[in-house]
Formats: sequence, structure tokens, C-alpha cells
Amino acid sequence: MRTHSSTDARRRQAGRRHPLASIALITIGLLSTGGAYALLTTTASADAPAASQASISEGQKIFASNCATCHGMSASGTADGPSLYGVGAASVDFQMGTGRMPLAYQGPQGEQKPPQFTQEQIDAVAMYIASLAPGPGIPDQKWLNGDGNIAKGGEVFRINCAMCHNVAGAGGALTEGKFAPSLSGVEARHVYEAMVTGPQNMPVFNDTNLTPQDKADIISFLKFQQDNASPGGVDLGSLGPVSEGLFIWIFGLGAVIGVTIWITARPN
Amino acid sequence: MAQHDGDDLTAAGTELDTLTHRHVSVGTAVAVPSGAFTNPGTPPDRIRATDLDPRKDKTAERRVGGLFLLSIAASIFAIVAYIIFPIIPGNLSSVRLNNMLLGVGISLALISIGLGSIYWAKNLMKDGEWEEHRHPTRGSEETRAAAVEVFRLGNEESGFGRRTLIRNSLIGALVVSPLPAVVMFRDLAPAADPVALLKKTVWDKNVRLMRDPSNTPIKASDVTLGSVFHVIPETLADSPDFLEEKAKAAVLLMRLKPEDLHVSPERKDWNYQGIIAYSKICTHVGCPVALAEQHTHHLLCPCHQSQFDISHEAKVIFGPAKRPLPQLPITVDAEGYLIARSDFHEPVGPSFWERS
Amino acid sequence: MTTVQDSTKTPSATPSKGSRFTGAVANYLDERTSISGITKELGRKIFPDHWSFMLGEVALYSFIAILLSGTFLTFFFEPTMTQVHYDGSYVPLKGIEMSAAYASSLDISFDIRGGLLMRQVHHWAALLFVAAIGLHMLRVFFNGSFRKPRELNWVIGFTLFILAMAEGFTGYSLPDDLLSGNGLRIIDGMLKGVPLAGTWISYLFFGGEFPGEVIVPRLYSLHILLLPAILVAALGLHLLLMVINKHTQYAAAGRTNENVVGVPIMPNFAAKAGGFFFVVFGVIVLIASFFTINPIWNYGPYDPSPISAGTQPDWYIGFLDGALRLVPPGLEFVLWGHTWSFNILLPMIVIGIFIVLVIIYPFIEAWITGDKREHHITERPRNAPTRTAIGAAGVTFYAVLWAAAGSDIIATHFHLTIEAVTHTLQALLILGPIIAYFVAKRICLALQKKDREIALHGYESGRMIRLPGGQYEEVHRELNDYERWRLVDYIDYKPLMVRPDARGRISPMQRVRAVFSRWFFEDRISPATRAELESGEGHH
Repeated sequence: MRTHSSTDARRRQAGRRHPLASIALITIGLLSTGGAYALLTTTASADAPAASQASISEGQKIFASNCATCHGMSASGTADGPSLYGVGAASVDFQMGTGRMPLAYQGPQGEQKPPQFTQEQIDAVAMYIASLAPGPGIPDQKWLNGDGNIAKGGEVFRINCAMCHNVAGAGGALTEGKFAPSLSGVEARHVYEAMVTGPQNMPVFNDTNLTPQDKADIISFLKFQQDNASPGGVDLGSLGPVSEGLFIWIFGLGAVIGVTIWITARPN
Repeated sequence: MAQHDGDDLTAAGTELDTLTHRHVSVGTAVAVPSGAFTNPGTPPDRIRATDLDPRKDKTAERRVGGLFLLSIAASIFAIVAYIIFPIIPGNLSSVRLNNMLLGVGISLALISIGLGSIYWAKNLMKDGEWEEHRHPTRGSEETRAAAVEVFRLGNEESGFGRRTLIRNSLIGALVVSPLPAVVMFRDLAPAADPVALLKKTVWDKNVRLMRDPSNTPIKASDVTLGSVFHVIPETLADSPDFLEEKAKAAVLLMRLKPEDLHVSPERKDWNYQGIIAYSKICTHVGCPVALAEQHTHHLLCPCHQSQFDISHEAKVIFGPAKRPLPQLPITVDAEGYLIARSDFHEPVGPSFWERS
Repeated sequence: MTTVQDSTKTPSATPSKGSRFTGAVANYLDERTSISGITKELGRKIFPDHWSFMLGEVALYSFIAILLSGTFLTFFFEPTMTQVHYDGSYVPLKGIEMSAAYASSLDISFDIRGGLLMRQVHHWAALLFVAAIGLHMLRVFFNGSFRKPRELNWVIGFTLFILAMAEGFTGYSLPDDLLSGNGLRIIDGMLKGVPLAGTWISYLFFGGEFPGEVIVPRLYSLHILLLPAILVAALGLHLLLMVINKHTQYAAAGRTNENVVGVPIMPNFAAKAGGFFFVVFGVIVLIASFFTINPIWNYGPYDPSPISAGTQPDWYIGFLDGALRLVPPGLEFVLWGHTWSFNILLPMIVIGIFIVLVIIYPFIEAWITGDKREHHITERPRNAPTRTAIGAAGVTFYAVLWAAAGSDIIATHFHLTIEAVTHTLQALLILGPIIAYFVAKRICLALQKKDREIALHGYESGRMIRLPGGQYEEVHRELNDYERWRLVDYIDYKPLMVRPDARGRISPMQRVRAVFSRWFFEDRISPATRAELESGEGHH
């Protein structure tokens, strides 16, 4: 697979793909730190500061020293990374905000890790990239509050997302070593940005496919799933029958066999 | 079985061939006589602490009684938990709590009874091992002779073997009698021919492509590069067999850059400006092949990992499926909405005998 | 039970009030049922005491847990596919259109106190049931406990295994959620792949085109009526034959092929087994209180369009699903105007052959060895190296298919590509059993050698002494007779010899059998003998 390009939107504009770079990303990440939702309401970037010339040039500086090696000094792409024209602020915020960019190493896809930059620095880079060509912007906070229609969101999620991310958002396998990451603990803003930008091999869900309200419903559904532990008890990773089968063989049958050994052991 | 004899059971290590002079064969296995170790007999019983020390005996008794009392307490706890931790509608943690506490009470009650009984058996009931003689499974000669006699008399008195007309006609009647029951299963399914049903879907000329589940039409301009739409036919909503038709008509709609698309001449007009529609139903055993990768153009089936390359007319590139996903020919109508040009040109979904 | 026991006791000199009462009850029953005869016959029957003999009990007790919890579920479950709008208390599905079956399963989970617990007990117990049967079968196989006179009980037991899987699958399909619907979708695809009649089989099974509106009620009839009835009958027969044949026992001092040594049913075995029932049931309830199983509310109602990543069957159907995943590419052909789906048929044929081989294995082995005696002493796996090796190969074959059912989960969790996992498992499906066969055989022979060493020379004590001559030697602890007997009490077979029959001819069948027999018995280590022990004395 050609991993590269961090966002598809950029590829769209560049009109060609490079085989390479794993910059990547797919939606939201695997090991996200817990409690991300606590940050939600305080996320400054949701109401993006007005694009001042000062922050754009600040963003350009950060870009030149951290991103230009792969994406080129003018962000028009190199053999190692795609052009970023038209990827929009949303793409930058997603890629850098989930720590996928800058890439740690070239692999099947960029994986989530602790962000390397402060939110102010990310915002500055986002503004710089957005100033190059129009693209999806940072989502409006009103879609991210988790107050949408949960049932509707669940239905849309099952049809559009569950095949890769699993009905419980636990993630799943794709081809050639790629995977759809777990959605647990991913910030609402990043979920939204992933849908509009289609990072890595994730398809784009533009606003005519899933309206902003649909996206808000999906986010509300995911928030409900995260806020409510499984009523049945420990969810064993929500991986389905595989983890259940392993559990019963190892712990269920294991415990019972332990008892059989105790029953038939001779007391002293 | 009749010619084998369990009476010939011999201790391990006996030369079996020497036994063949008896009235039944023990088989042709050649067991090598092992060197005459003799079975030393049952070892003496071990003495338990509770057998020796009356205080330990008393402690064990109290433990068993304690476990049974604990069980009573746990059962009562389960009842109390049922009442004081009710399910509050809409509150999932109340369900979780109810499940957990009720379960803990019941399981503790059950496990305590179990552990108490076992502990009782292990430590207080008479210990040691008993021996019971094993008889050969086969009946004794007299019993077997008597059984044979029963059958002989039965045969003689009924004339079962002699009156061949009765016997054979009875066997015939018994064989034929279940047939009506088999025939009656025909109406498990309606009269219609399944083959004809499997070969068509509700897609047809000018049927609009609609978003699933909102059932709204899709403009060609809505389908930007890299998008994936999950699509149902406009007429599906009116179909009396909604799920059956959806199971055949579900479609995946994508847009590729025209230079990525490899179109064979006969399918030249099946896509609309790089927008393509493929059946979502796997040609292996029918799972929805819905995992679309934007840049590799691979579709992956999550059930058995068949992969299809939509840039090459959904040909199979990995996994058990053989046939490409059927393509739905599409175009746009006057208002710019995507419509089907026709039904699929081949049956969708898993293969069946009459398919070709 | 106490009543029964007391009925056979001689009353004590001054019967207490309690024992007078039980005496009266026993008398009442016996005068109407002759129960004293059964009690006399069975009450002190001896059961050998070994942990591995309790695996079948685990299966039996989980089955009882399944029956009890399942009965509770039938009171609330609505086995119809009528479409309704969900109006229960689970918010993420409010107002969604779904079948009454799914809606009532949700109601059991969210609106009935203890309903979720019973659902989870039922499902966990089902997983444990099949797992315990599997382990029990392995125990019986590797002990050679299927040999005469127990071949028929092996067949009945295997039938129970298949019935348990059928029960499991029908139950898995009842909630009509997305997972079970896609499971049925796969069944539909497999049925359609059957040559000649496949289309019609699927059509009749689903009452029309997939998914139809009758499959849930039909599976429900099978799940709660027909299959359990057959299962209970077969289970009764299985236990009856066990009582008739009496249980096998391990070789040990005092145990022979003509006796059975252990504890009596009344009271010791009854207390242990009865107590064990409560423990197994309690452990299942404990698991159900703390661990979610099959969260149907996550999956949503069945709809032919969506699917979830990680769509898998329950573990016991995994080997079938795995076989479908490992099929080599391109195995579908049009021949003589018809479609031959070998990408479906091949797994069905291979698994069919595997299952038949397992069922008839006792008869195959009996034919190869020509052994027609009764065997009540179990063989330690090492003392039948070829059988153990065959078993290891079979287990490996099954395990690879089983692992294949989780190939996507293996790929994501070990950061592998799904293609590499599939290709590796395909290779392992062929090579794994071969490797396992030879490795297991070598291990058995090595263990037999070690047993022989120990039987003749005792255990290594780890203590070194220096002899007057200056050389060092390790002191071995001699075995006592009881310990030694356990190691030397097994039958040593020679390969069958080809001998002319009465008419001086050797039939081709006999030659084939001799070849098999040589393969089966050729590599063997004879048990230690007394002569060797005596001549070896002072060797060290």
C-alpha cells in the first residue's frame, strides 16, 4: 500500500499519489489517552482564532522546521509526502492533534501518539496550511457537544462506520497491515475532522453524504457508548465472540478444572 | 459382537495368542508378555488430619456448616439486591448494578453449597477407596441363550420369517409411510421459483440511487473523490419484501479519478464521470463487502477477507471469493440525480447451482 | 437422596423421630416403585476419583444451567420477525425498526430485572458446555477410553458434541441482531453452494428468499424443542452406557482390568459431584455477573446492508468459519452449465471427512490393532505413541482452522497483515499436523524411556556421593512397588504378523492391515520387567 499522504484531501488536489510516506492516518487513534472528553468543552481550537498574519507566519516557521522535509518547503509535496494544498485546517488539526504527524516511522499507516506540539502551534500550522488553499476548516463546536440524536447516530454509524471500526468502535483489520483504529477516547473534534477529511485510507464523508447533523449524531452516539460502561460487566474489549471464546477456555474452564483438581486431591 | 468374548479378559501382559483355544477369539492383536511384575494391590489408606484430631474434625464441621449458612445469607442478599437495586429505565448503570449484585448473590449462594458439600466429603466422610468387581459387558452364556430363545419363539409364534408376504409388505409399508411427511415440507417456502428470484433485484432503468438509511437521492456532484455512499434503490421502500430485496440490492457508490479507473469496452457507459456502483454483497457467501479503502481502492469483506479491486471492475485480488462484485450501470437523470441504467447484468451475492 | 440411602440401612436400635419419618417415606416409595432394588444396585457403585474424569460432569452441569436459564428466557422472548418500533429503555435504539425477536431480547436485557443475568448465564454456560465436551472428548481420546466396550459411547458422545454445536448456533441466531443475521447470511451462502439442491435447500430453510420472516421461529422450534429433546435422550443413553460399562480407571496399584477402585456414589461421590454441580453453576453465574457476553444492543437490528468489523461465530463454530477463510483463491467453476462453488464445498468436504474420521476412529483403531478385548484401564498417552501422535495432528488441524476464524483479530492485535496471517495459517493447516504428529510421537517415546529408567533405577535424588574408588555418582531413590506398578502396567503390542489362513492364503486385506499395524506399533518402548530390574540392581 502506499501509505503516505497524510490526508487524502491533499491528494485530491494534487491529483497524484506518491507511494510512500506513511504519514498517515486513518481516523482516530488507538491508544488515545483517557478522559479526552473532559477536554472537549475547553478545546480552544473549536472556535478558531482569527487568522492573523502573525500566526500564519508562526505556522510557516513551524512547518518549515518540522514538516517541510517530507511535504516540501512550499507544502506542495515531495516523494516522501503529499501536497497539502487544500487539505484544510481540519486535516492539520487532526493529524497533528492526534500525534499522527510528524510520523514516527514509515509503516503501513501513521499511528496515534501523544501530540508533539501545543494546541497553539497546531493552530498556527493549520492557519498556514489553510491560507495556501481552501479546505475543510475546524468544525464548529455546536456539532461536537454530543447532544444529537443518539439512535439516529447509531443507525448511521452502523451503516457507514461499523464495518471498519466495529459496532462498538473497537476497531478492526484492513488490508495489508492497515487497520481502522479504536474510537474509544478520541475527541469529538478529531472524529468530526476524520470524517470530513478522510485521513489515510478512510473514505471522505462530505457534508452531502453525512450532513453535519448526521456527524453530530454519530458523535453523540459514540459519546453515549463511551460514557456508559457495558451493562453486562467487563466488555472484554468489545471484540465479539473471539474474546468471549478465549475467556471461557482460559478462565471459565481454567477455574472449573482448578476445582476438579481440588475435589480429587487427597486431603492431608 | 456375538463371537467375541469378554470372559476372556486377561490381566495385562498376557500372551493373547495362547488364549485362542477358548471358544471365542480375542482378536488378532499380539500383546507381548511383559516381565512378571505383579500388581502389588491397593496401597493402605492415608490418614487425614481430621481422622486423628477431634479438634480438627470439629473445625471442619464448623466450616461446612458456615459455608451452608453463608449460602443462605447470599441467597437472601440476592433477593434484597433484586428489590433495592431495581432497573431505572434509561439508566444503564442501574442495569449493570442489578446484574452484578443479583449475580454475585446467586453465585455465592451456589458456590457455598458446592464448596461445603465437597469439603464435607473430602474431610469428614469416610475416606479410602473401595473396590468393585467388573463383570464382562457381554451377558453370560445362559442369558444370551435365553435371549436367542426369545427371538426364536417370537419368530416362530408370529411367523415373521416364514410368512414372507407379510414381512416384506410390512417393511415396504414402513419405508413408504414417512414419505408424506417429507412431501409436506414443500410448503416451507412459497411456490415461486427461487432461481428466478435470485436472478433479479429491484434495480431497474431510471431507479434513483438513494442514501441508506435516510432514503434521499444523490446528486452526482455530491459524490466527491474519495467518498463512499451506502446506497439503496428508490423503489425499495415500496417493496413488500423490504429485507429480502435489500439483501440483494445494497450497493456501494464511490468516485475514483478517471485515470485510476480501468473500464472494459462493454462497460464504458456504466460509470458516470468516475462514479461507480458495485453490489455490496460478497460473491463468496454473501456478507456485505463494505470496507472501502480510499487510496488503495480495495474493498475488504470482514467475514472471510475476500478483497476486490474497484479500480479494476471489482476483480478479486485476495481471499476465497472467485467472481468480481457485480457492477450496477449508472447515469444521471435530468435533475442531476444518479439513477440506474438497468438492473445488474448478473445475479448478485453467493453462487448457486443454477446461476450460470 | 437421604431417603433412599436410609431405606437400605438397618435401623439403629432406637430410631429417632427423624429417621422414623424417613423410614416411613422410604417404605411408602418402595412399596410403590421397588426403589430399594435400584438403590441397592447403584447406591454404592464405585466411581474412580480423578480430576480428568470430571470434565464430562462439567458439560452435564453447564447443560443444566442452560436448561434452567433458557426456560426463564422463553418466558419473555418473542420468537417472531414481525417488524416493530423499539420502545424500550435502551436510548441508542429508541424508535428504530426491528424484529419483535430483537426487541424482546433487548427487553430481557434492559427492562427485566435479572433478565440480562439470565441471558449471560445462558450464553456463558453454552460456551462452557461445548468447551467442556471438547476437553472431555480429548481426555477420552488420549486415554484410549474409547476402546472396547466403549466405542458406541464414543459415537453417542460425538453426536452430543454436534448437537451442542447445533443448539449453540440456533441460539446464536435467535436475537436477530446484526451479528446473528450475518451469521445466517453465511449459512445461506453455504447452503446455496451445495450442488444440485442448494438453492432449494436455502429457499425452504428460510421460507423464501433470505432473510425471510420465518427463520427465527423455525430456529426457535429447533432450539427449544427438537434439539434439546434429542440431546437429552442421547445424554441419557450416554450416561446409561457409562453405568453399564462402569468407568475406566488409570493404571495404579490395586487396579486391574477386572475391578474398579474409587469412592461409592453414596455418600462420597454424591456429595462431591452434587457439590461440584453447585460450584460449576455458581462459577457460570459469577462470570455472568461480571463479564458481558454478546452485547446484542451494540449490534443493532439485522439489516442486510451493515456489518461489523470482527464478525465471527461463537468459538465452537469457529473452525467452520476458519475453513471458509482459508480456502485457496479461485475455486469456483462453471462446469456442464452449472456453478460449482468449491470455495464453499471444499471446506465442507474437508471438515466432513475430518468429522467422520473422528467419529469412526475407535473402529479404525480396533481394526488396525485387531484387538477385541475389553479395556478398562486407560492408557497413558505416552504408552500409545501413535494414537497420541494422531490425536496431536488432529488437534493441530482443528486449532489452525479455529485460529483462522480470528485471523483479522490476530492481525490487528499482533500488528501483522491479514494476508500474511492467512497465508501462514494455510501453510500451517497442511504442515502443522505433520509436524505435530512427529513431535508428539518423539515426545511420547522419550517419556516412555524416562518411565523405564525411573522404573528400573528410581528417581534422581540430586544428591551426589563420592565412592571409595574416587568416582562420583548420583544417588537414586528406589521406587516402591506401588509407584513402579503405575509405570510398568501397560500392554506392549507387537505389529500384526501376516499369517496364511486356513487355506494357506494371505488375503490382500490382511496385508494392508499388517502394514497399518506395523505403522501403529512399530515404534515402541517395552515396559520394564522384573528381570531387568533384578539384573540392573547394583548397576549403579
